[in-house]
Amino acid sequence: MVKKNIYKNLSGHLKWSPLAWGLIFGVIFGFLLQKGGATNYNVILGQLLLTDFTVLKIMLTAVLTGMIGIYAMKSLGWVELHVKAGSWGMNGIGGLLFGIGFALLGYCPGTIAGAIGNGYLDALVGGLIGIWIGSGIFAALYPKLRTGILRKGEFGDMTLPRLIKTNDWVVVVPVAVLILSLLVWLESAGL
Amino acid sequence: MLEAFSQVRWSPYVVGVGIGVLSWLSFLILKKQLGCSTSFAKTSGMIEKLLRGPDVALKPYYQKIKLDIDWQWMLVLGIVFGSLASALLSGDFRFQWVPGIWLSAFGHTPVWRVLVALVGGIIIGFGARWADGCTSGHGISGALQLAVSSWISAIAFFVGGILMAHIIFRLIAG
Repeated sequence: MVKKNIYKNLSGHLKWSPLAWGLIFGVIFGFLLQKGGATNYNVILGQLLLTDFTVLKIMLTAVLTGMIGIYAMKSLGWVELHVKAGSWGMNGIGGLLFGIGFALLGYCPGTIAGAIGNGYLDALVGGLIGIWIGSGIFAALYPKLRTGILRKGEFGDMTLPRLIKTNDWVVVVPVAVLILSLLVWLESAGL
Repeated sequence: MLEAFSQVRWSPYVVGVGIGVLSWLSFLILKKQLGCSTSFAKTSGMIEKLLRGPDVALKPYYQKIKLDIDWQWMLVLGIVFGSLASALLSGDFRFQWVPGIWLSAFGHTPVWRVLVALVGGIIIGFGARWADGCTSGHGISGALQLAVSSWISAIAFFVGGILMAHIIFRLIAG
């Protein structure tokens, strides 16, 4: 009986408050990023200069854990994928631009929020305002871009398993093995 | 167990597993993937709307992303507090204008560091909208779903970032 009530309460909360969940998830995410060192400019630049592989280790471990869990839950019918549609013009060119900004700024949109919480003033005074300006410029140019370069080489909301027309796990397992091997190699190389 | 919270650093593998589990929960509970950069575009639009009037919200891009405070906006706000809590608990919190790597290459003047951060911010903000995602949305959430758009983006983030970091610190500073 008690158990049933707890579940009822819980599912009630699940429904009515995505904002509260967002905040809770954010607090945990920010806590983890700070503990991992990812809110620190030196750690991020160390990754881009290939002297400190902390950021890659965090990301690959998150992708490995997340991938296995999400695809397991997808197989059980608990979750659906939310894949972003894309194109070479969008993801290739946009990604390179992002990378150039990433190296100049030393934070990304998620870690800059953490850097601000950490007390880093270059993130607050320089970077945050810059991201707002850059987003605003894009919004102004969007009507022109959306019918042009953003559609060059479109492939839609494709996933790797659907691309090579195979069962999910035929891709998940090799990718997991690849990530694990890369992590083991990084450790054995002392990086 | 409790002293873990006051440690300055956790193993990147512990942190990575934690973020991976967080992604499960956001799929299960919110039916959404974790992402950050759209919230900055919403805030930018809301500020512009405040300064230039309600017509700003009619821009096609803001019609697409909606100028509201949604769960993802709260996620980004939460990151600030979560990082603050972690830094305070471990004594790692400090006000700092110029980070170490920058300082040893370009000196301690905050003006240059802040100007470059501003320019970098403009480019990364623009690039995140162009690529429709950032290091969290594409690099983690999209990559773990094996999305083609996200793997291309994540690889491009690091190719661009590694090249530019080497230009700044090996060519210009070196």
